[in-house]
Amino acid sequence: MFVYLAKRLLYTIPIVFSVALVCFMLVHLSPGDPLVSILPADASAQLEARLREQYGFDRPLPVQFWIWITNALGGDLGNSIANGRPVLSEVLNAVGNTLLLACAASILGFALGMFFGLVAGYFRDTWIDKLATSIAIAGVSVPHYWLGMVLVIIFSVQLNWLPAVGAGSGSWTWTWAHVQYLILPAVTMAVIPMGIVTRTVRALVGDILSNDFVDALRAKGLGERRVFAHVVKNAAPTAIAVMGLQLGYLLGGSILIETVFSWPGTGFLLNTAIFQRDLPLLQGTILVLALFFVFLNLAVDLLQAMIDPRIKRG
Amino acid sequence: MKPIVSVRDLTVSFHGERAVHAVNGVSLDVMPGEVLGLLGESGSGKSVTLRALMRLLPKKRTRIGGSIEVAGQDVLAMRDDQLSNMRGKVVSMIFQEPALALDPVYTIGEQIAESVVRHEGKSMKEGKERALEMLERVRIPSAKRRLDAYPHEMSGGMRQRAMIALALACKPKILLADEPTTALDATVQIQILLLLRELQAEMDMSVIFVTHDLGVAVEICDRVAVMYAGEVAETGTLAQLVRDPRHPYAQGLLSSTVLGATRGEKLTTIPGAPPSLSTPPQACSFEPRCRFAVASCAAKRPPAVALGERRAARCIHAERTADEKIATLEAETA
Repeated sequence: MFVYLAKRLLYTIPIVFSVALVCFMLVHLSPGDPLVSILPADASAQLEARLREQYGFDRPLPVQFWIWITNALGGDLGNSIANGRPVLSEVLNAVGNTLLLACAASILGFALGMFFGLVAGYFRDTWIDKLATSIAIAGVSVPHYWLGMVLVIIFSVQLNWLPAVGAGSGSWTWTWAHVQYLILPAVTMAVIPMGIVTRTVRALVGDILSNDFVDALRAKGLGERRVFAHVVKNAAPTAIAVMGLQLGYLLGGSILIETVFSWPGTGFLLNTAIFQRDLPLLQGTILVLALFFVFLNLAVDLLQAMIDPRIKRG
Repeated sequence: MKPIVSVRDLTVSFHGERAVHAVNGVSLDVMPGEVLGLLGESGSGKSVTLRALMRLLPKKRTRIGGSIEVAGQDVLAMRDDQLSNMRGKVVSMIFQEPALALDPVYTIGEQIAESVVRHEGKSMKEGKERALEMLERVRIPSAKRRLDAYPHEMSGGMRQRAMIALALACKPKILLADEPTTALDATVQIQILLLLRELQAEMDMSVIFVTHDLGVAVEICDRVAVMYAGEVAETGTLAQLVRDPRHPYAQGLLSSTVLGATRGEKLTTIPGAPPSLSTPPQACSFEPRCRFAVASCAAKRPPAVALGERRAARCIHAERTADEKIATLEAETA
């Protein structure tokens, strides 16, 4: 296990470096000048040149990359162009909020997906299966920004049960005052992973049930409940892998939902950075999100290796 | 003595997109302590018969007729809980491919212990102790270490030993073996057969052993039932069947193996292919491939002709030996 862990950790180094390079390139290759958004329209060429030098935009790209990456290693991602605050603290703040939302949505989506998937797979071709499968298809098909707005209309506007936007005032606490802000975005966000997990687990259960060992379990006298427990443990590693990837998507791809609900997370931050052409903020956010993905995959691999004994030796 | 397994006119058919009549009127008796071989080619209904004994066939698509009595109980009338009480305790099963028949994410020890816990109400710890005892009994080297091994960490022969340990953990009266040596290579095969024979004698079990390999059947069986197209073509002791087969299919099967063949001589084969089983048989199912067939063979199903105590063949020519039949055939064509 230790060797496996060390090996997987070493693999992440080149991956992280490539990710940093790619996200730097992407930002710089995309059109648009970051200074245009902060300079007044009638700014002199002299002022523009000074600012350009101050931010280092006049240097060759490899040099800029080198400075950025060495600073980043030291924990300095530069300052935001728009508001001058350090990018790192901005991003970390947003990461906390995103993590909270993504985890809440993941747990909800995974739990529901496992439940629907297991039930649908076990009672294949019955009305239970059809119901669960329909819910899953609806889950992956509904555009979630639309679903978010519909939920807001029903629960915030009509019923006035839950707040529509923001994350509450002050820092996060696990009290109703804050949790009520989490419910609608989390439910909206959970719908897609729920659908994907349901479909994966349903197919998985079908596969597992067609194995000889299920007959063997019945042949040794186990009741259906115990057989089901065996099926769940066999389905778990794959389901967790799928959920890990989904969590990655949720962390990076929540721009729409965070924007709809004005949830102060990385997606919301990214959205702001893009529209303000705030290059340091944009680079920093993308880098942190990419790192998230890498370490999440690592965590998923380790978790799988713990549950499924066949992986460790590979 | 009363038979411990008694099957009468068993029919099994599957109804999915198309119907398959897999077993068509099988009757079998197994005495306590007896090893019965079910011999036949793929699709002859031997595995289906075996699974029907434990009702391990998919409920929705399967229709079972006739009667099955195991240890004095009517298996077809059992409720689900009675059925699972019987499985593993009275009747156990070992499978063709041990790599697929063991749960990949539980250790061998856990899987054996689970059965003991289920049937004897013991704790997991006691179950593990029994598991260790069983692994030693099937002669798995360094059994203690293997207790915590996963199936994928063992070789094929070792896995089959573990599967046997699992099946015998609750000391069943009857062991159903579904081609347990087919997936193993020849040297391991003979070791497993010897082990089974030894455990069978020690525990005084009845065994129903499904195989398509006459050589394997010779090693382990007391009695043999040759199956063809979901029917028992012929039953008798192993010696009777090998020396004096009466059903033309059993005769063909024997002459197509190297047993008793002369070196340098070509083995004879049975021409044609087994019938489709989409409808239940109305005539002798072997008639299209039989060199001794006469008009009445195609007209109605031949009865099982009794040829002595617990010996029968489902053929109208059953009274005559193979040599006599060939002589008649040659006289007619001459």
